[in-house]
Amino acid sequence: MSQADLTMQGHAAAMTPPAFSVPAKKTAMWLFIIADSATFAGCLMAYGFLRNGTPDWPTPFKFSPSIINAMVMTFVLITSSLFMLLSVRAAKVGDRAAAFWWTILTACAGALFAILHIREWIGMVDEGATLFHNPWGTPLFGASFFSITGLHLLHVTGGVVALIAVGFKYKGGRYNADDLEITGLYWHFVDLVWMFVVPFIYLLNAAR
Amino acid sequence: MLGERSAMAQAEEHAGIGVGRYLIIYLCILALAGVQFVIAYQNIDIWQKIGRMFFVALAEAGLAVMFFMHLWSERRGFLLTVAIIAIFVFLGLQYSWPDSFRMSFGVPGARIPQ
Repeated sequence: MSQADLTMQGHAAAMTPPAFSVPAKKTAMWLFIIADSATFAGCLMAYGFLRNGTPDWPTPFKFSPSIINAMVMTFVLITSSLFMLLSVRAAKVGDRAAAFWWTILTACAGALFAILHIREWIGMVDEGATLFHNPWGTPLFGASFFSITGLHLLHVTGGVVALIAVGFKYKGGRYNADDLEITGLYWHFVDLVWMFVVPFIYLLNAAR
Repeated sequence: MLGERSAMAQAEEHAGIGVGRYLIIYLCILALAGVQFVIAYQNIDIWQKIGRMFFVALAEAGLAVMFFMHLWSERRGFLLTVAIIAIFVFLGLQYSWPDSFRMSFGVPGARIPQ
């Protein structure tokens, strides 16, 4: 039983039943996801605004290595979501060891995604693109590209740390299957955001 | 009724019969992601390209939210609440588009000339 559960039970008399019979922690995660999706949607809208209003917007992403790298990153992230599902499934049937290892495998896939992402950033920086400079045209491209992909990378990094922490606490018996499921919700959300980042940031700016 | 299923039924669904369905959903999402890469190299108008990519991304996101995040097996009231809030948030974010067209062409809502 988690510390959060113990705290909730300690204040049980003052608590009203959770809305929709959904645990409060899960509702809180969903509200966070809605708020965070608004943040990403705002960033993508701002990017669309800039791209639409800038005549010399560059299309620098060559098929190799940029688009191929984006394909591999997409595959890794979607596969990590499958690992997370298998982790939650194992936790629900009480297979603590399998759930732990699936969680760690998910974190490893997330770390691989982050490494691929940073490698791509280094390649772009080597070509002269930075947050305030863009060798192919308007500096707004560098600003929007690094801001949006950086925000996503920050979420992935946070997710990897959370997965490792929750995985070990689950293995140690301090967290339960619900805690793992709620962490999984966050991880799937990170995957979901990438589904919009890839087409609008990478594919629409692919070199022909 | 699906909306009134017990927590135990949901747990059984997570645990027992999910793997085959998870794999199918996973393969569907991978296939849709592949379709996006194909669309990127089609010789079509940029607005058609954006529309198709957005439609495919929505389909991917829908599958992920409904089945990976298990919103489909939550109570209907919860599903509707999340959906309605999300729709209002995204509609609220659309206010800037007319101004981006004004920046390019001086007219709110103007389309890019072919």
